[in-house]
Amino acid sequence: MGFDALIIGAGIVGAACACELAATGLRVGVIEGDTVGGGATAAGMGHIVVMDDGAAQLALTRYSQTLWDALMEGAPAGHEYTRCGTIWVAADDEELEAAQLKHSLYSAHGIAGELLDSRALYDLEPRLRPGLAGGLLVEGDSVVYPPRSAALLLDRALLNGATLLRQTVTRLVPGGAQTEDGTTVYGDAVVIATGSRARELAPELPIVPKKGHLAITDRYPGFVRHQLVELGYVKNAHATSGDSVAFNVQPRSTGQLLIGSSRQFDAPDAQIDQHILATMLRRAFEYLPELRRLACIRFWTGFRAATPDGLPLIGHHPELAGVWLATGHEGLGITTSLGTAKLLAAQLLRHAPAIPVEPYLPSRAFHGMADV
Amino acid sequence: MSDVQVIVNGHELRVPSGTIVAAAIALAGMTAYRHSVGGEARAPLCGMGICYECRVTINDQPHQLSCQTLCQDGMRVATT
Repeated sequence: MGFDALIIGAGIVGAACACELAATGLRVGVIEGDTVGGGATAAGMGHIVVMDDGAAQLALTRYSQTLWDALMEGAPAGHEYTRCGTIWVAADDEELEAAQLKHSLYSAHGIAGELLDSRALYDLEPRLRPGLAGGLLVEGDSVVYPPRSAALLLDRALLNGATLLRQTVTRLVPGGAQTEDGTTVYGDAVVIATGSRARELAPELPIVPKKGHLAITDRYPGFVRHQLVELGYVKNAHATSGDSVAFNVQPRSTGQLLIGSSRQFDAPDAQIDQHILATMLRRAFEYLPELRRLACIRFWTGFRAATPDGLPLIGHHPELAGVWLATGHEGLGITTSLGTAKLLAAQLLRHAPAIPVEPYLPSRAFHGMADV
Repeated sequence: MSDVQVIVNGHELRVPSGTIVAAAIALAGMTAYRHSVGGEARAPLCGMGICYECRVTINDQPHQLSCQTLCQDGMRVATT
């Protein structure tokens, strides 16, 4: 069996790539042995967010958000899409300065934002604890339910002639991939889109799993109205070692609340870590004291695919002919999946990309960055 | 046994001390304790705190298990 493009992994990144490539008329195969969107895609919050940890991250998240906005003009219902916006919460004057810098940067890039003083913050979110300095409201940020989005993107690919193969890939072979029943599926381009598990197929990739915990509550409609993230999040999300937590709460369209977040390296076990879970929840209670009274109905973990410089790997594998990479999206894979698909398609089809691809090319990570 | 007074959906009701909230709601004549996401009426099923079908709002706190909560004097109960 052979395809123009064989995509390994039907998480949101693989599904988005399949959707994009199938729409161009390529013969696309997608191999997924497990649930579609059942890995990191199902574990994350589904926050479609512009982030500014570097110019390349800002460019890719911004570009991707415009693609999500365009996609949602069609049929948002299935995606459980809500445009709730993000409030970056500033605890003190130092963080308020960070909010002001963020506001200036976003404005310079045409991203609408509104600086909030303390009173404006409590007008929008009265359940936040007293004594906070203010924040930045980014109205264009939104939320989807990622496993549904992955399934819908894959459906679209299948409608455009793509094939879904329900098999598990065990290894790459020249020109294709071998599955557990010993058959080989061929692809002119073989795309690895298996998130933090990419090293099972290509051990040389500079990707490490970064474990996260999330909690979800019962339904409390209107408890908060925006995705609330502490500005200290950026400091924590930056880290390339150690454990950290940050306040990050999201209202779902069901009235439920997602509570995050945690980051752990060297924690390969998917079990709940009671200590960091408790630390994460205490952090959330500091910002939203009334959260203590709500009932959580489920806790779970997931693994982000982290690269040394925090940017994804999108493009040709520098050492393996015919192998392409679409992984390493860390905590932003839902947002950047659509941009990734466009940039991968542009490279495969030799079209001009909408934004420069250089910062995301895998070759950068193979030239002295692997040890960072 | 002494009585306690509870308010179920605005109606005052005297029940024996030790009565669970689920029973007080039934005594008040209510059959729907809450409604599912799809709009279907729900009522206690397991009676032992496992099925979560009997959730009501007690003293403004939503999603309380009426089958596991004892009536207290002045308690306000609301089905949803």
